[in-house]
Amino acid sequence: MASPLDPHAAVVTEAGGLPPEAPARDAQAARAAGLTTADGKPLKRALARASRRSRRRAFLLVLPLLAFIVITFVIPIGQMLHRSVHNDGFSANMPQIGAWFAQTEPGTAPDEAAFAALAEDLRLAAEERTIGIVGTRINYEMSGTRSLFTSTGRKVRNGLEPPYREALLALDKGWGDPALWTAMRTSSTAYTDSFYLASLDRTRDDQGRITQVNENHRVYIMLFMRTLWLSALVTFTTFLLGFPVAHLLATLPLRRSNLLMILVLLPFWTSLLVRTTSWMVLLQQQGVVNDMLIWLGIISADGRLKMMYNQTGTIIAMTHILLPFMILPLYSVMRTINPAYVRAARSLGATSWTAFRRIYFPQTLPGLGAGALLVFILAVGYYITPALVGGASGQLISNMIAEHMTRTLNWSMAAALAAILLAGVLILYWVYDRLVGIDNLKLG
Amino acid sequence: MALQTYASPMERIWHYVYLTLCTLIFLFLIAPILVIIPLSFNAEPYFTFTREMLSFDAQGYSLRWYDNLMTFGMLAPDAPRDMAWFSDMWSNAKWVNAAKNSVLIGVLSTVLATVLGTLAALGLARPEMPFRRLIMATLISPMIVPLIITATGLFFFYSSACVPQGSWAHKLLGPFLSSSGCLANTYLGVIMAHATLGIPFVIITVTATLVGFDQSLNRAAASLGANPRVTFFRVTMPLILPGVISGALFAFVTSFDEVVAVLFIAGPDQQTIPRQMWNGIREQISPAILAVATLLVIFSVALLTTVELLRRRSERIRGLSPG
Repeated sequence: MASPLDPHAAVVTEAGGLPPEAPARDAQAARAAGLTTADGKPLKRALARASRRSRRRAFLLVLPLLAFIVITFVIPIGQMLHRSVHNDGFSANMPQIGAWFAQTEPGTAPDEAAFAALAEDLRLAAEERTIGIVGTRINYEMSGTRSLFTSTGRKVRNGLEPPYREALLALDKGWGDPALWTAMRTSSTAYTDSFYLASLDRTRDDQGRITQVNENHRVYIMLFMRTLWLSALVTFTTFLLGFPVAHLLATLPLRRSNLLMILVLLPFWTSLLVRTTSWMVLLQQQGVVNDMLIWLGIISADGRLKMMYNQTGTIIAMTHILLPFMILPLYSVMRTINPAYVRAARSLGATSWTAFRRIYFPQTLPGLGAGALLVFILAVGYYITPALVGGASGQLISNMIAEHMTRTLNWSMAAALAAILLAGVLILYWVYDRLVGIDNLKLG
Repeated sequence: MALQTYASPMERIWHYVYLTLCTLIFLFLIAPILVIIPLSFNAEPYFTFTREMLSFDAQGYSLRWYDNLMTFGMLAPDAPRDMAWFSDMWSNAKWVNAAKNSVLIGVLSTVLATVLGTLAALGLARPEMPFRRLIMATLISPMIVPLIITATGLFFFYSSACVPQGSWAHKLLGPFLSSSGCLANTYLGVIMAHATLGIPFVIITVTATLVGFDQSLNRAAASLGANPRVTFFRVTMPLILPGVISGALFAFVTSFDEVVAVLFIAGPDQQTIPRQMWNGIREQISPAILAVATLLVIFSVALLTTVELLRRRSERIRGLSPG
C-alpha cells in the first residue's frame, strides 16, 4: 500500500515531474536533475521512466479484471440503457408513414397521403410478417391496438383500392382515432423518450405536449414512492433494532461479544431464499407465529393475523435480511469509541441520557451513516423477498421491472424503469463513496 | 457492559430493559433460521408444529421430506434401491441435478473471480496505480447495482452477444455456447455472470488484507535475489492467503445463493438449488423446501466457521489477536 513512510516512493514522486508549486520542491527537483545514475543518464529521467514502468505494471495487473467487468457488466448495462430510449419496431418496418410524420407538424390531421402511406406500409409489413412487431410497438403506447394492426394486416395483404382513408376506415373505425395517430407519431422515430415518460406516468397528447396519464393508469410514480418509503422504513427499523445490539456487542469483553457475534453472522451467511422461506413458514395464517399468539391467548382462533402477502410481510422479512448490514458497520465504529469520554461527561454532571445524546451518539454517526446508506441502497433494489412475501401491496419497483421482462415482454419499459432505479442507486453509491469511502466497506 | 455500582434505580431498570431488548433482537435474528430445522422433520405436510411434534412423539417426526428431495423427478422413485436406482437419481432427480449445477457453477465462477480479483487487488494496492478510486468504484459496482438491473442488462446482452456459425470464434467457443451461438441459456453465461457478482467481495477482502501488508518484505525478498514470481508465491501469497480464501468463500456463497440472474439468463439445463427453491416456493410449496433450507443452514454454519477461523488466523499472523 501507499505509505508516506516509504522512502523509495517519496523519491519517485518528488522527482517524477510534479507541477512546480512549492519552491522547496523546485529546488529539490533541480538538484535531482543535476544528478546522474551510474550509467550516465540524468537521475530525473531515470526515475520518471521507472515510475512510468511501475505505473504500467500496476495497471496491467488490474487490466484483465477491468476488461472482464467491462464486457460482463458495463456493456450489458449500457445496452440496457440504449434499449430504454431505442425501439425501432415501428420505424424500421413502416418507412413511408414515418416519412409523412417527419414532414408534418405534430397535431396535423392525417390526410389522404398519410392514409395511402399507411396502407402501403401495412401491406408490406403484412407480407414480410413484421406486422406483429409493429402492432406490439404501438401497443406499448396505446394498449389494445395490437389486434387492430394484425387484423388489418391480414385483410390488406392483397392491397387496397383508393381512396385509402375510406378503405381503411371501412376495415376498422379505429384508424380514425387521433390518439392512435399520436401513438404512431411517437413511435415513428427509432429513438424515443416515451418509455421514460411512461415510467413517470406521463404521455404525449395529440398536440405533442407532455401530460399526465389517466388516474387509473398511474402506477409507476406510486411504485417508486412506495419503494422509497418502504426502503426508508426498513432502514429505520434496522437502525432501531441494530443500534442496541451493536452497542452491546461493542461494550462486552471481546471473548463474549465474539460468541454473540455468531448470532449476527449466521443470518448474514444464510441463503436469502432460506430466510425468506423461514419467514413464510412463520408468518403464514396457519404458521408458527399465529399458532403461538393463539396459544398465548393474544388473538382468538378465528382472528388469525394476515402478516404475509402484504406490506407487513415485506417489511418484516427485509428488516431481518438487512439487519446484519446495519449492525456490522455500527459495531466496527462503536468498538473504537473511547468509553472515557462518556465517563468524563458523567463525572461532569451529565445524566446518562445526556451523556448518550451529546457524547456517545454523535461518535457513532459515521457507522450509522455507512449502515443506513448500505441498507437503503440494498433495499431499493430488492426483488426476491417482495416477490415471495409481498403479495400485491408489498411489490417494489424491481418487481415491476421483472414483470415487464418476463410477462408483458415490454423490454423497453423494463429498461427505462431500470435506468431510473439505476440512476437513483448510483447517486446513493456516490454519496456512500464520498462519506464512507468504498474501500472502507467491510464484510464480516 | 457491566452496571456501575453508582447507578441510580432508574438506570438499573433501564439496564435490564436494555438487556431484555437485546435478547429479543437476537431472538429475532436467529429464531427464523432455527425454527425451520425441526419443521423439516415434520411427518405431516404442514408448516407448523403438530401436536405430536410438540409432545416429542416419534410419530410426529419423519425423514420423508429428505427422501423426497432425492427422489423428486426420478423416473422410477419406488424401484428397489440398487445401482439402477442410484443412477436414476444421479441423472434425473431434480434436486440432485440442481445441486450438481450449483457446485459446478459456483466453483468455476469462484475460480474466475478469485484469480482476476486477486490480481486486480494487488495492482490497486500499489501506490502508483493511476485512476485508483474510479477503477475501484467500477469494480465494486456489481455489488451495489441492484441485481434485477444487472440481470436485465445481462438478458439483453446474452441474447444479442451471438457468434455466427462457422466463424473462427464459433470454432473456439462453440461448445460453450447455445445452439444458436449465443451466451443465453449456457453454463458459460451463468458462470461469467456469477463471477462478475463475486468479484467485489474478492476485491474488498483482498484489499483489506493488503492494507496491513508490509511492502518492505517484497523488497527484502528482491534484494535477496528472488524474482517477482518467486517473491509473489513465496512471500506475498502466503501472507494474503487468508484474505484470498475468505474472498473466494464470499464469491462462492454469492454464486451459490444467487437466483435473479439465473432466472433471467439460464436455461432449463442450468437449474441451480436457489432456482429450484424459487420454483418450489412459487408453485407447490411443500416441506421438502424446508429440508433443503435445513441443509443450506448447515452448509452456511460450516462456511461461517471456516471464515471465522481464517479471520482469527490472519489476525494472529499479523499480531492483532487479543489472545
